[in-house]
Amino acid sequence: MDFGPFLLLALMEGTVMAAVLALTAVGLSLVFGVMRVVNVAHGEFFMLGAVIAWFVTHYMPGPPAVGFAAALVICPLLVGGVAALSDTLILKRLNYDPEATIVATIGLSYIFQQAALTFYGPDARPVEAPFDLRIQLPWFGYSGYKIAVVVAAIVILLAVWLLMTRTRAGLIMRATQLDRTTARAFGINVDRVYAAVFALGAGLAAVAAVLIVPIQQAHYLMGHDPLLLSFIVVIIGGLGSLRGTLLAALVIGLSDGVISVFFSPTLAKILATLLVAMVLVFRPQGLFGVKQ
Amino acid sequence: MLELKAINAGYGNVQVLRNLSLTAKPGQVTCVMGRNGAGKTTMLRTIMGQVQAQAGSITLNNTPLHGLPAHEVPRHGIGYVPQGRRLFGELTVAQNIEIGLMTRHKTAKTRDYVLSLFPRLRERLAQRSSTLSGGEQQMLAIARALCLEPAVLLLDEPTEGLQPSMITLIRETLLTLKATGVATILVEQRVDAVLSMANQIAFVSNGTVAETLENTNLTPATPQFQTYVGI
Repeated sequence: MDFGPFLLLALMEGTVMAAVLALTAVGLSLVFGVMRVVNVAHGEFFMLGAVIAWFVTHYMPGPPAVGFAAALVICPLLVGGVAALSDTLILKRLNYDPEATIVATIGLSYIFQQAALTFYGPDARPVEAPFDLRIQLPWFGYSGYKIAVVVAAIVILLAVWLLMTRTRAGLIMRATQLDRTTARAFGINVDRVYAAVFALGAGLAAVAAVLIVPIQQAHYLMGHDPLLLSFIVVIIGGLGSLRGTLLAALVIGLSDGVISVFFSPTLAKILATLLVAMVLVFRPQGLFGVKQ
Repeated sequence: MLELKAINAGYGNVQVLRNLSLTAKPGQVTCVMGRNGAGKTTMLRTIMGQVQAQAGSITLNNTPLHGLPAHEVPRHGIGYVPQGRRLFGELTVAQNIEIGLMTRHKTAKTRDYVLSLFPRLRERLAQRSSTLSGGEQQMLAIARALCLEPAVLLLDEPTEGLQPSMITLIRETLLTLKATGVATILVEQRVDAVLSMANQIAFVSNGTVAETLENTNLTPATPQFQTYVGI
């Protein structure tokens, strides 16, 4: 294959990765932005989404599209529910102390991992794509499902943006993010907002996992990479900045795609980590973060 | 009527309020004066549920407020203008007002009334609140609290750092509210402002109301100002 088509293929692969990464990282960024909680269990919410998607598609009768559509609804709701419960039972009791919640979410991540190992097993298992469509370009054929993943991610991210900027719920979340004490003085139930945001963040990770699981198999250790990459994206974009998160996801996703195709995936991760180090040294608040 | 009876409150092991009692009546302004650290702000924060009372009672028209979660207190009609304004700086003027309206499900009618009190805010609805001048920010902080249509309004040093014309505007607004029957508790250090608005003046010292005076024939030379405020 010539260089041009090869580059195009790499960019398309990078775009798919960027889309899924943006969904996952926006969840992490929302949780940090509103609650000031560094959620180390975020990758395991991603993993739970994928594992539950396997269960739903495996046991749902009918064509694959039906099971997949059901997974798209059930997984974020279930994972969001687990997250809300974790918030109420654990994080709230720690009064959202930044250091204590890091330790608590590390603990949560092990609990979720071991639960998945116990009930799902150690094997990686495939989930069938909802449709089998191949788009034939002049140089190569490309999976129509991967393009659908990008479109779906854009639609969901747009919905999140509209939620945050155009709705009353978004206004309440932003007010809580800015000053939770004053928010309470205006009748905002901050505990409920936190539970909702934690559920939303986890739900976004779960949706991302459902979208990606027909491309990558579901596995109980699959949460590590999304967690690492989400942190990279959120640190580069600026903690709590949705705009920065989206832009950084695009940069990291595309560069990961291109470098992985032309060189190696390991080099892509090394360069991303190097970029994080540079950002931490020269602009600790991230590209779009606010200096404290 | 808001009544505080024998309130004890503080932060952790540090007790700030000791057996503090105070009453705010409808259509009256109760000014609270005292030195720094006397417990004035803690008293307002205790009313708002941000600091939990360890003993005593807080009632609004005989409905107990003490022990309620902080977000429940404003829903009973307590508007709060905190020290330093504490606006949601990244939100616009309109959004700050919207937050106030949401507290007690108030409508555009309330919004229009509040903006009629502060016409300058109407011109700046789309502006980010952190970019307003100090006086405009204070107007917005008061407007946001008035969006609750409060039965009781708590203000913590609203004239601090403002130019005289702005202080006059705030004073006129508070007198208008007084005429509409709002009970106001005003923490204030400026004697001239206090004398022009107050029905009663409660002097707080060492976490308790040491003395309360009716504002009749008081002057800046009244010795209590020197004793409790050091002016």
